[in-house]
Amino acid sequence: MAQQERERQTDRSLTMSRAIVEAIAHEMREDDDVFYMGEDVADYGGIFDSTAGLLEEFGHDRIMDVPISETAYIGAAVGAAQAGMRPIAELMFVDFFGVGMDQIYNQMAKNTYMSGGNVSVPMVLTAAVGGTYNDAAQHSQTLYGTFAHLPGMKVVVPSTAYDAKGLMHSAIRDDDPVVYLFHKRLMGIGWLPAPDGPKTGVPEEPYTIPFGEADVKREGADATVVTLGLHVHRALEAAESLADDGIDAEVIDLRTLVPLDIDTVRESVAKTGRLVVVDEDYRSYGVTGEIIARVAEDGLADLEAVERVAVPDVPIPYARAMETEVIPDAADIAAAVRNVRSNE
Amino acid sequence: MYENMVTARHYEERLQEEYLEGKQPAFDISAGPIPGELHLAAGHEASGAGVCQHLRDDDTVTAPHRPHHIAIAKGVDLERMTAEIFGRETGLSGGKGGHMHLFDPDVNFACSGIIAEGCPPAVGAGLAAKKRHSDAVAVAFLGEGAIDQGAFLESLNLASVQNLPVVFVIEDNDWAISMPKERVTDVENGAQRADGFDLPGARVDADDAIAIYDAAGEAVRRARDGNGPTLLEVQVHRRMGHFMGDAEGYRPDADKNAAAKRDSIERLAADLRAHDVDDETIEELRSRAHERVEAAIEWAKEQPEPDPADAYEDVFSDPPSGATEGDRSVAETGGDD
Ligand SMILES: Cc1ncc(C[n+]2csc(CCOP(=O)(O)OP(=O)(O)O)c2C)c(N)n1
Repeated sequence: MAQQERERQTDRSLTMSRAIVEAIAHEMREDDDVFYMGEDVADYGGIFDSTAGLLEEFGHDRIMDVPISETAYIGAAVGAAQAGMRPIAELMFVDFFGVGMDQIYNQMAKNTYMSGGNVSVPMVLTAAVGGTYNDAAQHSQTLYGTFAHLPGMKVVVPSTAYDAKGLMHSAIRDDDPVVYLFHKRLMGIGWLPAPDGPKTGVPEEPYTIPFGEADVKREGADATVVTLGLHVHRALEAAESLADDGIDAEVIDLRTLVPLDIDTVRESVAKTGRLVVVDEDYRSYGVTGEIIARVAEDGLADLEAVERVAVPDVPIPYARAMETEVIPDAADIAAAVRNVRSNE
Repeated sequence: MYENMVTARHYEERLQEEYLEGKQPAFDISAGPIPGELHLAAGHEASGAGVCQHLRDDDTVTAPHRPHHIAIAKGVDLERMTAEIFGRETGLSGGKGGHMHLFDPDVNFACSGIIAEGCPPAVGAGLAAKKRHSDAVAVAFLGEGAIDQGAFLESLNLASVQNLPVVFVIEDNDWAISMPKERVTDVENGAQRADGFDLPGARVDADDAIAIYDAAGEAVRRARDGNGPTLLEVQVHRRMGHFMGDAEGYRPDADKNAAAKRDSIERLAADLRAHDVDDETIEELRSRAHERVEAAIEWAKEQPEPDPADAYEDVFSDPPSGATEGDRSVAETGGDD
C-alpha cells in the first residue's frame, strides 16, 4: 500500500497532536485567511495539545482565545467563513456542542444549501471526543452519529498521526464545513497516555488524504471489522488475539463518515461474508446501524452474519467499573467476531 | 461559617493527596483511586460559606464544575459525597456522577459541568417556589469565565422579567483555565451584567467572608420577600491549577504568589479574634472540621465499587412509567440479563 510505504519511509514519527499542529501551521503560513479560535488554545496550547506551540509563531491575532461562549464564536467562524476566510473553531469537548448547536447545524451546515449554493462556509470545527478516563456523562461522549446524521457537514475522524495530518490539510482546504473529531486518548498528551498505534511515521512535507476513502488497516479473510477513531486500535488488538486462534480479521478504518466510503466495506464483506461494526458512540440510531443498513441495501446476499459493538444506550458513567462495562474493549470486539463466525 | 470554610479547605487538601496517589510518578489522569478530572476549590471557601449560611434545606443550589465548597456549605452529606468522588456504590449517585455531578435532593443541591448551564435550572427552582407560594429561594453559582455564556444572560433576563427568587453568585477567581478575565470580558466587575436586565448587582472584593455573608444576606432576603433576583459577584482566588494536573505554564508566578497570600480563612480567623473569639475556640473548630473530613474519607474508601451492571440502571426513573409488573422486577434486580 502506497500510504504505508510513505509512513515507513520517513524516519520521523509524531504523536497525533503534533501531526495535527503541523498541518495547521503549514496552512496558516500559506494562507493569511486561516486562523484558529477557541478556549485555551493560545497560551495553554489547547487542553488536548491541539494547538501546542502555534501561539509563538502566529500570535494572539491568529491563535485566538475566545470567551466561553460557543454560540458566539462558532457562529463568528461561520460568518468569517462566509466572508471568505478559513477559520478553524475548536469546541473543547464535543459534549459542549449543545451550547452552540444552532450555529452548527442551522447555520454552518445549512447556509450553502439554503443559498442555493451561492454561499459557501469553508471552516473547520474541531472537537475532542471519547471517554476511557472516567470523566462522566458530560465529558466523555463520542457523538459521531449526531454530526453525521445532520446534513451539510463533512465529518472526519482520524485514528493515526499520518491520517490526522493528511486529513487536516484536506479539511482546511475544503470549501465546505468540516467537523474534525479527534479522540483524546489518541493525541499523545502527557497526562492521558495513548496506546502505541496512533504514533506513526509522518512525512514533513504537506500531503492530503481525500475524504471518502476508508483505509484497510489490516487485511484478513474471515471477517470484516469496520470502525473508526480509538476503536481502530482496539479492533487491531482484537485481530491479533483472534489470529492466535486462526481467525483472520480484516480491519477497516472509515476515516471519514461524511462522505462515507461504503464501497470498501462492501468489497470486504463480499470477501469475508461477515461484518462486525464497532464504535464508541451510542448503539441506537448511529454509525453501527448505518453501516449495516448500507451493506444490507446492496449486498444482502454477501452477508452471512452481522454484529455491532457500541456503547449501550446509557450516558457514560463515572466509576471505573461501570465505564469499562459500557465502552467496548478489544475483548468485546473479539467476542463479536467469534460470534459472527460461529455459524460456519 | 469558619468551620465550614476550614472543612472545605481541609477536604480539598485531603482529596488532592488521595487523587495524586497512584498517579505518581508519571501523572496519568485515569489512574489512582479518584479517576477523571478533579477541580479543587481551595481559595473559594468564603463564597460557599458566606452565601449558603443564609439557606435552608428547601432552598435550591446549583453549582458548577468546582462544587465541593458549595456542597459542604449547603449541607450535602459529606460521606456520600466523598464516596461519589471515589466512584463507590454508596456515593450520592451510586458512582454514576462523580465530582462534577453531585446531586443531593435531600438538601436540593445539583451540579453541572457545562459552563453556566446550572443557571436555567436555578431559575426553574425559583419559578416552582413562586408558583407554589413558598418562600424558598434558588442560588446559582458560576465562575467569572461563565458570564459571557448565553445560558447565564438568558437566565438573568427570565428571572428578572418573572421577578423570581433567584440569586446568581459569580465566583471571580480571575482565571478561566488559562484565560485571564481581562482578555475575554470587557467588564472588570461582573456584577455590572445586572445593569442590562434591571436587577440589582453588587460586588464584594478581597476574599472577605463577612462582607460576602452580609451581601448575600441582603440578596437572599430580597428573594425570599418576593422582590426578585440579585446578581452578586464575589472575589475569591485560585490556589491551585484549574484541575489537578494543570501545570499552569500560562500563569505568572507573581499572580500565583499573590493568590496564595489572599487567604480568606486566615482573614476570617483574624476577624474572629478581633471579635474576642479566643484561640482555643478557633482551634476547636479546626480540629472538629479535620476529624469530620478524615472520617468521611475513611468511610468512603471502605465502600464497595459499583457492580458493572449498575451502569444500565437509572437511565429513566425506576420504575419507568408504563412499566408492567414484569418489567419492574427486572429493573429492580438490576442488569440487562
Ligand atoms: C460550555 C462549556 N465550555 C467550555 C467548558 C470547559 N471549561 C470547564 S471549566 C472552564 C473555565 C471556567 O472558568 P470560570 O467560569 O471562571 O470558573 P473557574 O474554573 O475559574 O472556577 C472551561 C472553559 C465547559 N465545561 N463548558
